[in-house]
Amino acid sequence: MFLKEYISDVVNGVSSLLKGMRKTGYYFVHPKEIITEQYPDNRATLLLSERFKGEVVMPHDAQNEHACTGCTACELACPNGTIKVVTKFEVSPEGKKKKAIDTLVYRLELCTMCNLCIVACPSDAIKMAPNFEHSVFDRTKLTKVLNHPGSKIREGIE
Amino acid sequence: MYNQTEILKDTSELGADGELVINMGPQHPATHGVLHLVVTLNGETIKKIEPHLGYIHRSIEKMCESLTYRQFIYVTSRMDYLSSHINNLGCALLVEKGMAIEVPDRAKYIRVILSELTRIASHELWLGAMAMDLGAFTPFFYAFREREMITDIMEDTCGARLTMNYIVPGGLMYDLHPDFQKKVKAFITQFKSKVTEYEDLVTNNIIFQSRTKGVGILSAEDAISYGCTGPVARASGVSCDIRKIYPYEVYDKVEFDEVIETAGDSFARYIVRVKEMNQSIRIIEQLIDNIPEGDFVGKTKNVLKLPKGEFYSRVETARGEFGVYVVSEGGTTPHRIKFRSPGFSNLSVLNHIAAGSKIGDLMASMGTLDLVIPDIDR
Repeated sequence: MFLKEYISDVVNGVSSLLKGMRKTGYYFVHPKEIITEQYPDNRATLLLSERFKGEVVMPHDAQNEHACTGCTACELACPNGTIKVVTKFEVSPEGKKKKAIDTLVYRLELCTMCNLCIVACPSDAIKMAPNFEHSVFDRTKLTKVLNHPGSKIREGIE
Repeated sequence: MYNQTEILKDTSELGADGELVINMGPQHPATHGVLHLVVTLNGETIKKIEPHLGYIHRSIEKMCESLTYRQFIYVTSRMDYLSSHINNLGCALLVEKGMAIEVPDRAKYIRVILSELTRIASHELWLGAMAMDLGAFTPFFYAFREREMITDIMEDTCGARLTMNYIVPGGLMYDLHPDFQKKVKAFITQFKSKVTEYEDLVTNNIIFQSRTKGVGILSAEDAISYGCTGPVARASGVSCDIRKIYPYEVYDKVEFDEVIETAGDSFARYIVRVKEMNQSIRIIEQLIDNIPEGDFVGKTKNVLKLPKGEFYSRVETARGEFGVYVVSEGGTTPHRIKFRSPGFSNLSVLNHIAAGSKIGDLMASMGTLDLVIPDIDR
């Protein structure tokens, strides 16, 4: 009785092993069904989804103009203190004072990509960009100024 | 040079009856995180297991007290990172319940579909990691192949692969990706054709069966008294599915079975999770073609303030019941917040089910509890 059980165990073991090995062998001779991506080699063709939350950027148009009014809604919405808006007052030719951003400081090392600042922005001045290769040799390089030098606010945005 | 008597003398000094204390972790490949188990052994037999926590404590509950009701949702993705979408849903449900925010039907449907996709992804990862703990390396790659399709869908729609933060109080952050339905259907066909591979590779494998059957038996009474929920309790015959008992969102409109096994051993817990994946597919199939048109987010005030009082909401994550308890003083931030995480009570049962067994069986018992350490520690 014991011998019979033992032999049936061995037969079952070998047959279940072979079944699994057949599956493995199938993929060995069908390399086209393998989905592994050769990452650093395929960087040129690698496309992430356009919604991928990689980092916060501020789009500028051809005239070096952005849409940020300096309302600090993003700064208030951020749970980690990632964004700091520094505002200044611009004096227009008519002598009117107008609030505008001096710098919008973005600290990538604190950001958790929660997207709350993008949702909070009333003028769609900032958006998420699908960049993911963020590693740098110096930590200070992760603190970025989002508005380009010399940029100003686009006409007609209040 | 040691002679025999000296060696014997050395072992007799280990403990009262030849006990040997081994620290498993906090950096151990099979604990999937920084879990520290102090295992007291007698030879190869386990006498006692003492889990030591605190290695990944980030004081999330305290942190949430300084965040507003819009901000505190994203932190819960970092607790049980494998079912982060469902954690977010539990928090959003609490805010909506407390403030009586109307959620559009479209948002409800999408939330449920994404929750079930998250559950499948979590179980897939568990299946691969569990098989790897027991020495089978290949199933990990097969499981990750299907999981990759889900993370792709998440990346397209939510913008992130693991910590989605797609849910806001009142609905969703933005609308579905146009390819969403097509991709989910492609995933369902792929999953259905490939799930038989798991049966060949893992379920019917005689080595896997003999290592899990009869190992780590948990009775229904103990499951209840230790507060186990989710697949761990359902494998012992306890009916505890929050989706059935307290239906939220549109779970009362869909048909699905609560998977219950009665054996209570490691193999039963394995079977429950594999069958649950099929039930999740069933739920998605019923909803994916019927997503109603309309708004994806309801009207909410700019500043959310919960009225004074206590609030509790619960959801069924891939690991069990996830509860959020908030005491509000009427302000914009919670006065006190408490998360009931399923992993903590599931871990507490480990000493009970593994004591008395061999140390090799500890991996099977612990693996099938499906522990996510940041969820236990918070």
